[in-house]
Amino acid sequence: MTAPISARHLACGLLSSLVLTFPVFAREAAPLAQDEAAEKRLNAISSELRCLVCQNESLAGSNAELAHDLRREIRGMIQAGKSDGEIMDFMVSRYGDFVRYRPPLKDTTLLLWFGPGLLFAAGVGGLFVFLRGRSRRIDDQPLSEAERQKAERLLRGDGGQRS
Amino acid sequence: MNRFIWPLVGFVVLVALLAVGLQLNPREVPSPLVGKPAPAFALPKLGAMEQTFSPKDMQGKVWLLNVWASWCVSCRQEHPILVEIARNKAITLVGLNYKEVRGDGGFDMDKISAETEKSMAIERAGTWLKRHGDPYALSVLDLDGRVGIDYGVYGVPETYVIDKAGVIRWKHIGPITPDIFSAKIMPLVAELSK
Repeated sequence: MTAPISARHLACGLLSSLVLTFPVFAREAAPLAQDEAAEKRLNAISSELRCLVCQNESLAGSNAELAHDLRREIRGMIQAGKSDGEIMDFMVSRYGDFVRYRPPLKDTTLLLWFGPGLLFAAGVGGLFVFLRGRSRRIDDQPLSEAERQKAERLLRGDGGQRS
Repeated sequence: MNRFIWPLVGFVVLVALLAVGLQLNPREVPSPLVGKPAPAFALPKLGAMEQTFSPKDMQGKVWLLNVWASWCVSCRQEHPILVEIARNKAITLVGLNYKEVRGDGGFDMDKISAETEKSMAIERAGTWLKRHGDPYALSVLDLDGRVGIDYGVYGVPETYVIDKAGVIRWKHIGPITPDIFSAKIMPLVAELSK
């Protein structure tokens, strides 16, 4: 059991996020304006990657300094003629599968990949069972003549045996 | 009765899951580097820039690689513990000074030449260690953060425990607290030193 989050933890988290995100003035490596295809590849690759500093941003969209550095690194690798797979491996070998917005399919991610589908199937199955049970409970036998007259009497409110 | 039990059970399970989820720290990303050899590098030593240091210089020793910078607020928080570790001579600490100048954010790097950046880094890092104490056997300067990328650094401070064979055995992100030191680092280093 980990300790509950204390005010100190929070303050520390806030501080470190300030420290980590503050340097937005960092220099961006000169874009390869002459090489549009490379820039497109950079964009495609970095959209698939998570920025470790601001975890809900992609590497393409993040302004954190580490994101600048990593984009510079990816640019360098594109210039060096590395394939997309090699660049992905470079990132994963340093930051783990966590950097990928599309995690690979392996035994630790099975639940992640198929959990929603399983939940959906369980829901549909449950609904099916429930509906079948209900329709079985509904008695669709027509009333006999005696029952119908009794019901009418009851509805009119005159007589009918009160039990 | 049964009709009410199941929604209740579902609710309790959901609450339990959420409660566990709140206890997890999303910043603790498992490092794929644990169990792998520490990435090689050769960086100039702070205070003796003509000499370089490589992880293989530490072959046969258990040591800590601590990533720090003078602009890093949390580093100041953990620093007294590092000084304490150094005073007890328990473990060898090597400092990896990460982007001392360009990580600061207060400088326009377009206007700073590589030479100036180097001398600024030496000056700033040296002053900081003088003021807060120098727990490191040595520190190296990673001016552009490339070595940091090889080590998967994404939040300073970070600390790596590296064994005699040069394999990373543990990584901690964020400041080391006395609890973490005595509960995790000390026992691990003792075991690895056997």
